[in-house]
Amino acid sequence: MRNFFIGAAVLLALAAGLPAFVKVEYYYVLGYTVLQLIILATAWNILGGFAGYVNFGSGAFFAVGAYTAVSLYKALSLPLGLQILAGAATAGLLGLGVGLLTLRLRGIFFSIATIAITIILETVVLNWAYVGGAKGLPILRPTEVPLFDNYTQWLFFVMVVIAVIAVATARYIQSSWIGRGLRAIRDNEGAAECSGVPTLKLKLFAATISGALMGAAGAPYAMLGSFIEPTSAFSLNHAVNALAMPIIGGTAHWVGPVIGAVLLGTVQQVVTVTISSEINVLVVGVLLVVFVVAAPEGILGLVKKFTGGKK
Amino acid sequence: MTSLLEIQGLSKNFGGFTALDGVSIDIRKGERFGLIGPNGSGKTTLINCVSGALPNDAGRILFAGEEISRLPAYQRTRRGIARSFQIPRPFASMSVLENLVVPLEYVVHRGSLHTADTRSEAMEILRGMGLADKADTQSNQLSQVELRKLELARAMAARPQLLISDEAMAGLSSNEISEVLEILFKLNAAGITIIMIEHIMQAVMKFSQRVVCLDAGRIICEGTPASIVQDAGVQRAYLGA
Repeated sequence: MRNFFIGAAVLLALAAGLPAFVKVEYYYVLGYTVLQLIILATAWNILGGFAGYVNFGSGAFFAVGAYTAVSLYKALSLPLGLQILAGAATAGLLGLGVGLLTLRLRGIFFSIATIAITIILETVVLNWAYVGGAKGLPILRPTEVPLFDNYTQWLFFVMVVIAVIAVATARYIQSSWIGRGLRAIRDNEGAAECSGVPTLKLKLFAATISGALMGAAGAPYAMLGSFIEPTSAFSLNHAVNALAMPIIGGTAHWVGPVIGAVLLGTVQQVVTVTISSEINVLVVGVLLVVFVVAAPEGILGLVKKFTGGKK
Repeated sequence: MTSLLEIQGLSKNFGGFTALDGVSIDIRKGERFGLIGPNGSGKTTLINCVSGALPNDAGRILFAGEEISRLPAYQRTRRGIARSFQIPRPFASMSVLENLVVPLEYVVHRGSLHTADTRSEAMEILRGMGLADKADTQSNQLSQVELRKLELARAMAARPQLLISDEAMAGLSSNEISEVLEILFKLNAAGITIIMIEHIMQAVMKFSQRVVCLDAGRIICEGTPASIVQDAGVQRAYLGA
């Protein structure tokens, strides 16, 4: 427990001190992208990995966070911190709402509903002129940057903070009675309920937290490129990455999604730069299939297998 | 003796099929109660309604004098109704010990943080079931009889007043059957009311103080084990005579 928080503090200090050594803006964009993947994968895993309810609509939660932030910035010029909180709250409510409508049923219904929600919300935003509709909306970043040399460095630092919060949340849930309850749900929901686990409440809790973290990941999105448009905000790539990375890393432990996201995120960026930005999507797809077939417990499962037992 | 569980006029339909048709049973505190009936007679549907896995269509269920028919399953467990499943449903990703920690955390020690106590308590229950040496085994590695014992152990970890044992002995050898029977007798001696659903007649007859026979969703006979086997209706419906 203590080691984790020391690690998190060291990480934050490093991120804050990084601009003294690294000046090239591209590295911060790269880091931002990987951090975004870590948050999305960790958030997805709270519901998908721990409880076994697969969310195909990560893009919707991400975009709801992004558009909440953008509309508040445009209307009230809210600072980034408040934009992120608002984005997380809205996406969390969306998680709760979708959960209330579908999590009473078991199995695939939640997954189907999350796809539908993505399509519905994208259609709404496409027709919402205030945030630019299909044309998209250019954003003027605030001219004053707190603490850092430029706004990209500041965004990078903010993403490190969100990622630390996301991973700490997942870690807490996993090691607490909540995590055990979610695992019981994944293993056998009927038996969990008969063991006194309030399955519906726990699933709603997980859906809300998971949604909120995805919303937080999406909130600064428009600021990074100074622009937002629906197709990329709602992109299926968010959903594919969010579920592929935990599955490749290993869904049973909070560190699985982090490993998956760092590994795949880096590979994707290298492939994007060296080969093509189209191929990087293919890389994820192929690896996902390979892992599902050959190593369903992900990299963590492989490590466990070769070290012969307990971690 | 006072009633612990009162089932009053319970009915359940699946579409046009009537699984339970006005079933009324009164189970007394501390009783060893046997529920028999041919396949499809409604035994499992009845206990699904009692434990909360299925909502009943008509009738009432009272537990310790309070109506529980509308409560979700987890709240019924918290009030003192625990069950084992006919086909074992272990939490496969967990060790045997952890399987018991789930009900201990969610029923017995809700809101408290004494993890160590929970574990030693789980260990105590496993010892009583003869599963202590399997505590750290992954629960999907267990043999059939161990799985049945785990079902009972996990149910007991919820500290129930009423234990419903759904065919805990089906498919076991006669040695294993007497082992499980012995466990159930021991639990009953400790004050737990037990409903046993079973196809193995020697076991039900030996265990139960009172037996009810269901057929096509109705009670066709109720009485002592000795009187049940004499009943013409039971012989026709169940014993195939």
